[in-house]
Amino acid sequence: MSRFLLRRLALGLLTLLLVSVVVFAATQALPGDAARAILGRDATPQRLAALRAQLHLNQSVFSQYGHWLSGMLTGNLGTSAASQQSVSSLLSGRIGNSAFLVFVSALVAIPLSIVLGVWMAMRRDKLADHVGSTVSLVLAALPEFVIGILLVVVFATNVFHSLPAVSLIPPGDHAWQHLNDVILPAATLVLAVTPYISRIMRGSMIEVLESDYVTMARLKGLPERTVIWRHAVPNAIVPAIQVSALQLAWMAGGVVVVEFVFSFPGIGAALVDAVGNRDVPVVQALTMIIAAVYVVLNVGADMATILLTPRLRTAGR
Amino acid sequence: MTDTALTPSAAPMAPVLRQRQWLATLRTALGFTRTRVGLLIFVVMVLIALLGPLFAPHSPTEFVGAPNSSSTGLFGTDTLGRDVFSRFLYGGRSVLGLAAAATAFGVALGVAIGLAAAYAGGVADEVLMRIADVFLAFPQIVLALLVVTAFGPKLWLIILTVAISHSPRVARVMRGAALQVVERDFVRAAEAVGEKRSRILFAELLPNVTSPLLVETGLRLTYSIGLMAGISFLGLGLQPPHADWGLMINENRLDVTVQPWAVLLPVLAIALLTVGTNLVTDGVARASIGVDRS
Amino acid sequence: MAAPGRTPVQIRELRIELSRTREDIVDEISLEIRAGEVLGLVGESGSGKTTVGMALLGYCRPGGRVAAGAVLVDGRDLSELADQVLRSLRGGLVSYIPQDPGTALNPALRIRKQLLETLETHTKLSEAERVQRMRESLGEVALPSDDEFLTRYPHQLSGGQQQRVAIAMAFACRPKVIICDEPTTGLDVTTQARVLQTVKELCRLHSVAALYVSHDLAVVAELADRVAVMYAGRIVESGTRDQLFTTPRHPYTQRLLRAVPDLAGKRTVLGIPGRAPLPGNRPGGCFFEPRCQLAVDACRQSFPAATMLEPGHQVRCYRAADTAAGVTADEAAALPGITAGDSVLEISGLKARHGTRETLFDIELAVSRHECVALVGESGSGKTTLARCVAGLHRDYTGEIRLAGAVLANSARRRSSEHRRQIQYVFQNPYASLNPRRTVGQTIARQLQLFFPGSRREVGSRVSQCLERVALSETAINRFPDQLSGGERQRVAIARALAAEPALLVCDEVTSALDVSVQAAIIDLLRDLRAEIGLSILFITHNLALIRNIADRVCVMTEGRIVETGTVTEVFEDPQAQYTKQLLANTPSIEAALGHA
Repeated sequence: MSRFLLRRLALGLLTLLLVSVVVFAATQALPGDAARAILGRDATPQRLAALRAQLHLNQSVFSQYGHWLSGMLTGNLGTSAASQQSVSSLLSGRIGNSAFLVFVSALVAIPLSIVLGVWMAMRRDKLADHVGSTVSLVLAALPEFVIGILLVVVFATNVFHSLPAVSLIPPGDHAWQHLNDVILPAATLVLAVTPYISRIMRGSMIEVLESDYVTMARLKGLPERTVIWRHAVPNAIVPAIQVSALQLAWMAGGVVVVEFVFSFPGIGAALVDAVGNRDVPVVQALTMIIAAVYVVLNVGADMATILLTPRLRTAGR
Repeated sequence: MTDTALTPSAAPMAPVLRQRQWLATLRTALGFTRTRVGLLIFVVMVLIALLGPLFAPHSPTEFVGAPNSSSTGLFGTDTLGRDVFSRFLYGGRSVLGLAAAATAFGVALGVAIGLAAAYAGGVADEVLMRIADVFLAFPQIVLALLVVTAFGPKLWLIILTVAISHSPRVARVMRGAALQVVERDFVRAAEAVGEKRSRILFAELLPNVTSPLLVETGLRLTYSIGLMAGISFLGLGLQPPHADWGLMINENRLDVTVQPWAVLLPVLAIALLTVGTNLVTDGVARASIGVDRS
Repeated sequence: MAAPGRTPVQIRELRIELSRTREDIVDEISLEIRAGEVLGLVGESGSGKTTVGMALLGYCRPGGRVAAGAVLVDGRDLSELADQVLRSLRGGLVSYIPQDPGTALNPALRIRKQLLETLETHTKLSEAERVQRMRESLGEVALPSDDEFLTRYPHQLSGGQQQRVAIAMAFACRPKVIICDEPTTGLDVTTQARVLQTVKELCRLHSVAALYVSHDLAVVAELADRVAVMYAGRIVESGTRDQLFTTPRHPYTQRLLRAVPDLAGKRTVLGIPGRAPLPGNRPGGCFFEPRCQLAVDACRQSFPAATMLEPGHQVRCYRAADTAAGVTADEAAALPGITAGDSVLEISGLKARHGTRETLFDIELAVSRHECVALVGESGSGKTTLARCVAGLHRDYTGEIRLAGAVLANSARRRSSEHRRQIQYVFQNPYASLNPRRTVGQTIARQLQLFFPGSRREVGSRVSQCLERVALSETAINRFPDQLSGGERQRVAIARALAAEPALLVCDEVTSALDVSVQAAIIDLLRDLRAEIGLSILFITHNLALIRNIADRVCVMTEGRIVETGTVTEVFEDPQAQYTKQLLANTPSIEAALGHA
């Protein structure tokens, strides 16, 4: 088993390395001169030359990549082209805010989806299941900014006026100090991911309920309670864990649009601003962070799957 | 000496001339109410997007009155004083066109990669899937933003990026579906008589995965619409003064309190289009389970 | 009527329907099983035998429902019991041994938990007593009961061990009734023999009334005291084991017995033409009438009632009085007396591997022109790997495979088109070997185009010829595989192979996915083809008895080696290798079972 886990971990690292190559290659292809982009049109040739040296722009692409990667690894994310601040100080507060937003959303969405999934599976093809399926289909289809704007229209601006339409969190404050401002963005994320996880849970539960071993458990005369919770759910939950990890990783990207809708001061809004300003170091740092979250969560989910599946856990013992 | 019901004396089976697989799937799908509703919504929205400009009372860029007025025209004017209804009628073509192009290209690429990986197996499969993993690590919108940062908001590049970001996702699904087919002995039979690899991929495997392909195409179209509208909504896709549903939301969202229609009309249009697509996709998915089991 | 204590199972006029269409799955089922008795319920696929077995547990598969009749277990009518009571009977009073323990044991729970939970639910034993009983039950099925074993998960056991765990679980609560649903399918013959022995002994030991559901007549002959034969949802004949196997009176039973290959080789197999009608498609009269050679007008009018021929022997047939003579047994027809010519296929020094594991060692084998060589072995013996090497589907081998003297390349892709044409492969499972998205005509036409390019019209007429050769009518051309029965599909697969006009036909377990009556028909066909076109065949099988009906020579394989080669008579009558002797002894056989009795 441990060999399998190590292999999975190594593959994760390899993926991250390749991701960094993609990020670097995509942004390095930027037409024009990064130093000029940072300093502006009327910079003196001396300052341009100095900055080019500082950014290693006059070295080969490979050594530029080497410098950039080692910077990433040591936490030196470079200097923002737009604000001239160090990227790490620019982003540290925002990363905390986004992490909090995702954490709150996951805390609500995952248990909710699993319970909903089991509940729909047990009422398969009854009215409750049909209603649940249709609602989740509709929600799953809606782009997250559409959900966000509809929530704003209903709860903030046009129907009720109970929640803020815009998350006005002053710089320096943390999101958890302004819970009122977190509710709508978090609700958007919850509505966006719950349909996915609950549908997977429903499907996997239905499959397990049709399995021979659940029939066998019933034919052994076990109480239905035991059949469901001891025989069915432990086998059905594994796919839900996988998809939960994927959805968590998706949220790391989904925050981009959701934060923009609510002007929530997190990494998503920062990314949109940076793209608008063509602030390369910030875009590089944020895409790396978001991709890393995906890789880490995926490796984590695979490990959880192995630990929860006896057949995999005991393999190679 | 025959065990067959196909001899003339035996009771004749119902004369069945079977349609192609995917047609049968679509037919079954249309038996579900949910799917019929979805199809209706989808068709209406597509017609609005395609034919809307013919019925627009004004040009989408024409200034017809005071900004954010609700008395001018059917749905008032937008934040710059243009007719909301006309911009709405014009704004669907770009969303639909971009999404359809990205879907078609992304699905085609994904199918080719997925089938090839499933059939090749071994090292080639491993390498293709690792490369797919790298692209999967970027949320689709983030990959699009990365490319916009590098090259600016060029439409063909955005289509290409969305398509490329679809392809590993499609490839994974198609590979999974094809793996079960690859195992089956009729593929061995084709190998034993020396069929070419390309023929095995597209004449033996592909016809057996049309149902997941149909479902995947529907799903990708739903997401493409959301993505394309989303990129415009962020202001990083189509640029003003173009009429586009995503862009309209971006332009008018700060005035939603005084002129809700300028935001709600495109929001509802995108919502209906994606919901319609998804309901049809779900019908196809449910139908294909039944069809494939028979 | 017998007292409930002595007759724990009584089924009266049971009818189970599809709840949606109201069509009957089974009807007019009446059975009794006494304590300590094993009743074999025999039928081909779709006959409804498992449905009857499940009804004894008060269980209907989704989509079905009990519409009439009564199932009495230990004197209690299951249909009158509340769900709660019914549940307390299942696993306690009536227990179940599943067909495939690989899927019926929960993969996420340890053996110990799965064994103990039945005892927790159904007995009032203390915890220590429960553990004691669990260990006792495992001992009864000859499994270890130490803690290491108990903490294992199902996937850490072999197929035979999994089935023993399932049996131990079924007997743990000391039930009065046990339902066995083909519990030895998928086990090799040696394991099967041991499992059958265990079930038999436990039923005697605990005086359990057992219903043994099976399609395998030989297994039932070894195990059952009484036998009931089902056909299309009805019991057509029932009697003691000896009555049923020595003096069968229903034409279906007679034909079914004639289809079973016989280890002693005294008779040839004979298939049953036509196929069993499905629910909703059953004729007005006797359901067997369309396939019955003895049918008269009365048979078309109504389904015959049961007649008692002698005590315990009932049959539902209007012609029962005329069937005493049995089917006129064909002579044990000699195999087509074609003299073998020069070698078509020669294999020498062949070694094969799967990854790093060696699976075949030093294989020497030859097939002459017009000869049929059988390759027999249990699962995992390497026989299919060998067949795939010959067809160029398993490339990882060393040594030589020669076709008419020429050495073949390892992979089919690198062989010449001519070589590929001359070796044709028929696969085990006809449900998987035909592309489900192509019609029969397209499948065969493709084969013809590959090897004999010609105009569309020519190909078209040759497709019909190919189908005719395997006794399929031209109407099959436009059918898709899923519109055909298993036997028809296998005929299409054979037609496709023959379309290439091969020198050698490799048949890999071609009948093992088919019912016994269909198997017999396919064997019939292959025999005819040998006589007609002088085909050479490499016939791979795990079924010893079949070999007598088709092959000239036999190679016995185990663990990747050929341990014995000889003519059929030599090997069957005077086996040399220890393994062959053991295989012959463990293979269930109707004749042997009756002889022992």
